[in-house]
Amino acid sequence: MKRATSKKVKQLPATSEWTFEAIDAYHTEIARVAANFSLDTYPAQIELITSEQMMDAYASVGMPVNYHHWSFGKHFLSTEKSYRRGQMGLAYEIVINSNPCIAYLMEENTLTMQALVIAHAAYGHNSFFKGNYLFRTWTNADAIIDYLIFARNYIAHCEERYGEEEVELLLDSCHALMNLGVDRYKRPPKLSLAKEKLRQAERTEYLQSQVNELWRTLPVHDARPGKVAAVRFPPEPEENLLYFVEKHAPLLEPWQREVVRIVRKVAQYFFPQRQTQVMNEGWACFWHYTLINKLYDEGLLADSFMLEFLQSHTNVVYQPSYNDRWYSGINPYALGFAMWQDIKRICEDPTAEDRAWFPDIAGSDWRETFDFAMKNFKDESFVAQYLSPKIMRDFRMFAILDDEHEAKLKVSAIHDETGYRRVREILSDQYNLGSREPNIQVWNVDLRGDRSLTLRHQQYRKRPLGGSIDEVMKHMARLWGFTVRLETQHEDGSVELVQETRLEKRRGQAEN
Amino acid sequence: MTRIIDRRFDSKKKSAVNRQRFMRRFKQQIRRAVNDAIQDRSIRDLDNGEQITIPSKDLSEPQFQHGRGGIWEQVFSGNDQFASGDLINRPPSGGGGGRGQGKASNEGEGEDDFVFHLSREEFLDIFFDDLALPNLVRTQLARISDYKTQRAGFKSDGSPANINIVRSMRGALGRRLALGSPFSARLRELQKELEQVIEESGEDCEDALKLKDEIGRLRAKIEAIPFIDSFDLRYNNRIRVPKPTTQAVMFCVMDVSGSMDEEKKATAKRFFMLLYLFLTRTYEHIEVVFIRHHTVAKEVDEEEFFHSRESGGTVVSSALKLMHEVIAERYAHGTWNIYGAQASDGDNWDNDSPICRELLGSQILPWCQYFAYIEITPGEPQNLWREYEKLSGEHKNFALQRIEEPADIYPVFRELFKKNFV
Repeated sequence: MKRATSKKVKQLPATSEWTFEAIDAYHTEIARVAANFSLDTYPAQIELITSEQMMDAYASVGMPVNYHHWSFGKHFLSTEKSYRRGQMGLAYEIVINSNPCIAYLMEENTLTMQALVIAHAAYGHNSFFKGNYLFRTWTNADAIIDYLIFARNYIAHCEERYGEEEVELLLDSCHALMNLGVDRYKRPPKLSLAKEKLRQAERTEYLQSQVNELWRTLPVHDARPGKVAAVRFPPEPEENLLYFVEKHAPLLEPWQREVVRIVRKVAQYFFPQRQTQVMNEGWACFWHYTLINKLYDEGLLADSFMLEFLQSHTNVVYQPSYNDRWYSGINPYALGFAMWQDIKRICEDPTAEDRAWFPDIAGSDWRETFDFAMKNFKDESFVAQYLSPKIMRDFRMFAILDDEHEAKLKVSAIHDETGYRRVREILSDQYNLGSREPNIQVWNVDLRGDRSLTLRHQQYRKRPLGGSIDEVMKHMARLWGFTVRLETQHEDGSVELVQETRLEKRRGQAEN
Repeated sequence: MTRIIDRRFDSKKKSAVNRQRFMRRFKQQIRRAVNDAIQDRSIRDLDNGEQITIPSKDLSEPQFQHGRGGIWEQVFSGNDQFASGDLINRPPSGGGGGRGQGKASNEGEGEDDFVFHLSREEFLDIFFDDLALPNLVRTQLARISDYKTQRAGFKSDGSPANINIVRSMRGALGRRLALGSPFSARLRELQKELEQVIEESGEDCEDALKLKDEIGRLRAKIEAIPFIDSFDLRYNNRIRVPKPTTQAVMFCVMDVSGSMDEEKKATAKRFFMLLYLFLTRTYEHIEVVFIRHHTVAKEVDEEEFFHSRESGGTVVSSALKLMHEVIAERYAHGTWNIYGAQASDGDNWDNDSPICRELLGSQILPWCQYFAYIEITPGEPQNLWREYEKLSGEHKNFALQRIEEPADIYPVFRELFKKNFV
């Protein structure tokens, strides 16, 4: 044991009650060890809050400020209920991708948990936010809080001017399309409060004039009518529905466009989080585990602390089996943690199998490999790149093919020599947002006719659309202001009309 | 650089607005749930909030999603029996087919109802939305019999125990600053001059000495200003304000003769319960007096009132007489707001009904804030109703309503206490 050698080290406090001094002491040590591992982070800001404030934060999607909407109230109520019933095991941390990186510690937690959360959130997640390419290109940590303040004030201002009801209806519609309100492939420009405010008035005015131009009803006198080919609009299908609504919906008021824009921007901000769950949580778990263990090795931590820590850690990274009562898919914490541990193992102590599968990283410096992997991947590509046969064996992974036209389910691959690549491919696809969520894009607008909008759903592996299509389409029609159609394009190329939502109401009538 | 910030004392209830909006949006559903919830509660057991259940489909947030069907291929963990190419029967129901939940989740993703907890205030707010107690303002103003003291700013004299130190010291500081400022300004000037003179002509020249002398005098003047003076003192001011009476007594009068069966009694109970709840919204302290009667009246406790069964003829006036006695004995000295509720099937001994009317009109109603009579009968109004009807024109604080079946209770109650916008 290394502990015997370090005699004179003063242990950190080991009580279960926390104090500010104790948290500070732990934090100093964790920061020191993290720096030794050369973790690159934003400055950490640790905030102590009550459980009620934690629920507030949960309800407003983890942000310290947000605009008001009933759905956040609903989330608050359900969070509150499950918390009171003691169902929420993991409600111990929220971390905000901002600069400085804000990590919330809950007042009810023990000192051990606070230390765990500091290592997990304020160093693990924090460094991931700072390094990963998705977060770097899609979110701007310096400006997000400012932007949310701007958004909340703007929406509050709209409520005063146009009535809460009106704004609420608009937000409902926007929320329904939130998942389709992100740029998946385009890189968005960064946000900044000052710029945003400066350009907002200008932009709304300009946009309105553009839209009016688009829907000009004066006849265009062409020298040779009939010669012009029907213009497609939009010229290319548009994946970002809310963007399209903001820019092109004919009847929206300028303020409504701004609200659509706000929802779109918030959705975009959370987009990277949805794509990096396994990596991000795994990374944070790896680091809390590594940092705390390092402190223990240095003799700073009491055994009682370690026991509590290990128990929480084990609960978090537990993976139930498929036939377990608690099974609800692959646990991203478990998979992520196992994969990062495994990469470290491959770097430090590779087997022949690892050398065959990962010739480029086997035996390399694990910190460099880690940084490369953390910076340049998302869940989908991370699994495709780094899931090793050992993990598949450890998790005893197997793939099931469910084709509704077949009477029975088929085990298509398991954790054996012939199945590794197939299992990895399937698991990777499971984390691909493109196949997880239906692919629906703006296909066409009938410019010269009834101004109706057609959405097209590209079917993926014959999966039909489910859920409340009807409701969502109503929201889409409300935003667009005219008839909206939804088509499905099957894999054989045939197109089928799924839903048509008519909206005859014109703006004039709505206001009278 | 790291910061540790204690936010625990920051504004709580950040979600309060969102919560309110949620309540407002689903008012209809919540009100329905509240009505259901009230059905099976005991009369005094309503002080708590209520667990509210709303079908979650009513408040879903729609999204585009993949539906069932098509081809799904998914990875699961914990293989214990399968080999590549095995064919398995589909799991029986729910969750199966690999919709993310996997074949093992037999429970599936059932649409749970959305359950949440209303606080007592929210519960009653919804329940008694736009109802009001009649005649409330008048009697509250008329019956001020209690006073309480409360703080009301500061005054310049009082007993030493009431000295407000912060205010006094603030005043003293202000006075010192105000009185001393001309001297201090002059002092600064002189000091500057002195420095200049010393620089030009040395420490001991005549000008310097003169200046030093004057500075000394000014210092003495400033020091002579007293640190605290008697007119700096401020005292907490306490005044007596009238305290409106906030106690009420509620009389529950019920007919327990043979014709009142269990069902009718249950209906009456719910009505009394509503009234009790409603009164708790206005009054801090409420006493309930239960009077049951057949041919003779008796004051009983709640348990006996609702549950023991008797039979026999009916003499309603006996109960009213008893009520009058109780009022005269215990509640007549003006600090009580008196409410009465009478439930009966209306079946009374014929000659007794005019006596009842007389008793109520001349002896009880003058004491009462409000008296409500409900007749629980599916058929024609009985003789008691006809007599009471004559009263309702003469007395504003008397109302009568009929309940034919339990579902009527709430509408009838609302009818009785509908807000009158005068």
